[in-house]
Amino acid sequence: MKAFRIFKRNLRDSLKSIFRNFSLSLASISCITITLIVVAVSIILSLNVNNFTKIVEKDVTIVAFLDVDINEDEIDEVYDQIITLDNIEKKNVVFKDKMEITKDMMASSSELRSVMEDYTRENSPIQDTYQIKVTDINLIHKTAEELNNIEHIDVVKYGEGMVEQLVTVFDTIRKGTVGIVIALIIVTAFLIANTIKITIMSRKREIEIMRLVGASNINIKLPFIFEGLFLGIFGSIIPIIITIYGYSALYNHFDGKIFSDFIKLIAPTPFVYFISILLVAIGIIVGMFGSSRAVKKYLKI
Amino acid sequence: MDLIRIRNVRKTYKTGTTAIYDLNLNISKGEFIFIIGSTGCGKSTLIKMLYREEKPTNGKILVGGLDVGKIRNRKVYKLRRKIGVVFQNYQLLPNSTAYENVAFALEVLGIPKDEIHSKVLKVLDLVGLKNKAKQYPNQLSGGEQQRVAIARAIVNGPKILICDEPTGNLDPKTSLEIMEVLQAINDLGTTVIMVTHDISIVKKMKKRVVLLDSGRIVKDYKEGEYKNESI
Repeated sequence: MKAFRIFKRNLRDSLKSIFRNFSLSLASISCITITLIVVAVSIILSLNVNNFTKIVEKDVTIVAFLDVDINEDEIDEVYDQIITLDNIEKKNVVFKDKMEITKDMMASSSELRSVMEDYTRENSPIQDTYQIKVTDINLIHKTAEELNNIEHIDVVKYGEGMVEQLVTVFDTIRKGTVGIVIALIIVTAFLIANTIKITIMSRKREIEIMRLVGASNINIKLPFIFEGLFLGIFGSIIPIIITIYGYSALYNHFDGKIFSDFIKLIAPTPFVYFISILLVAIGIIVGMFGSSRAVKKYLKI
Repeated sequence: MDLIRIRNVRKTYKTGTTAIYDLNLNISKGEFIFIIGSTGCGKSTLIKMLYREEKPTNGKILVGGLDVGKIRNRKVYKLRRKIGVVFQNYQLLPNSTAYENVAFALEVLGIPKDEIHSKVLKVLDLVGLKNKAKQYPNQLSGGEQQRVAIARAIVNGPKILICDEPTGNLDPKTSLEIMEVLQAINDLGTTVIMVTHDISIVKKMKKRVVLLDSGRIVKDYKEGEYKNESI
C-alpha cells in the first residue's frame, strides 16, 4: 500500500513538475523531438536499404542447363535430386522447357525469330533448364557446385563473380547503415541526457530538501526517473506523427518504388508502427537513463 | 540520558583544512543547546556531521545509538528521519505553498493523505501559521518563511531539531518570535541544537552554551551560566 502511494505520488509529481518547470521541460522535449526525428529518418533509410538489398539478393537465380538429349524421366530424376539439396528454396525450383525458352527468345528479337523459327524439340540446340533460388546467397557457390555434380545437368550459371561482388557490397552497406543508426542513437542518448541534466540542475534545492527530510535515494530518484519517462514520451510524439504520416505520404507519392520498379519501398503498415514503437522506446529509455544519471550526482555525500 | 555522544572527533576536509580537532561533547535528551563561536570556528561543520552531511575523519558520533560515521550513503535517510534541520535561508520550495512545503516532508515518506493533512495542520498551528497555509513563500515574511521551515523540520516528529543560524536573516523582534516557537518545540521534548551569532538571543534564553574556537570547545556553559563573554 505504501509502495503504491509512493508510486502514485511520484507519477503525479513528475507530471506536475514538467508543467511547473515548463520552459526547461520544453527544452528537453524539443531536444528529444529533434534527435528522434533524425534517428527515425536514419532508421527508415537503413531499413529500406536493407530491404532493397534483400530483394535484389532474393532475385538472384541459379540456372541449371540440362543435357540436350535428356528425356522426360531423366528430367524428373534431376528434379528429385535438386530438392534434396540444403540451400535451395524447394518451392522455387522451376522447370523451363527448351521450346518455351525458344518462344521467349523469339519474342524478344526479330533476328532471333528468323534463326529459331525452324527449331523443333529434336533439333534445337537450346537446353531445358531448372531455375533455382537459394535460401542463403552466401552459400551460392557451393550450391552451384553441388548442382553441377548432378547427373544430366550440363552447366550451372548464376552470374559468378558479379553475385559475390554484389553480396560483399550489400553486406558493407547494411553494416554501414546499422553502424550509423547505432552511433546516432548513442549520440542522441548523451544529448538528451545532458539536456535533462540541465533541467535537473535547476532543481538541486528540491533534491537537497528531499534528502534532508529523510527520503531514501530511490524515493528521490523515482520522480525524476518518471519525469524522464514522460519527457521521452512527449518528445517522441512529433517524430511518431512525422514517421506515420510522412512515410505513408512518401510511399504513396512514389507509388511504393523509387527510380525504377527495382527499388521497392517497405509498405507503410506495419512498418511505421514498428518504427513508432521503437522511437517511443528510445525516448523513454534515454529519458529515464538521463534523469537517473543526473540525479545520481546529487545523491553522493 | 545522552542522545548525542561525540567522542574525539576530528574533521579534515580534502583541501587539508582541519575544521574540528578532537572534539568531545554529550547532549542529553530534551536539552536546548546553543553552539556559538566566530565565523570559521567549525560550528557548521560540527552540526553537519550530526546529520551526516559531512563524515568525521576520526572519532565517533553516536546519535540515538546510531554510529553516524559508519552509516552507508544509501542508509543516511534513516538518520535524517530522526533529525529535523532548519537553515538560515529557509530552503523552501518556491513553487509550493506553505502547506505543500510541510506536507512534502511526509509525502516522500509515503504517509497516507489523511494523516499528512492532520499532521501538517497541527504543526502549522504550532508555529502560528495555520491561516497562511495556502500562501507561497514569496507571499510570506522572512519570519513566516522560517516558521514554515521549522514546521517542515518537525512535522515528522524528529527527536532532534538542528538549527543553523535560523535567525540570521531576521530582525530582533522576529528572531525572538522564532525562539518562542523553538522553545515550544523543546517543551514538547525535542532536543534543540542551535548554531547562532546572535548573542542577545543566547543571553535571553539562558540555555546551555558551547563556545567553539578554531575547531575546539573552549567553554561549555551550563544553563543560565553564560553572561556576556565575547566570541
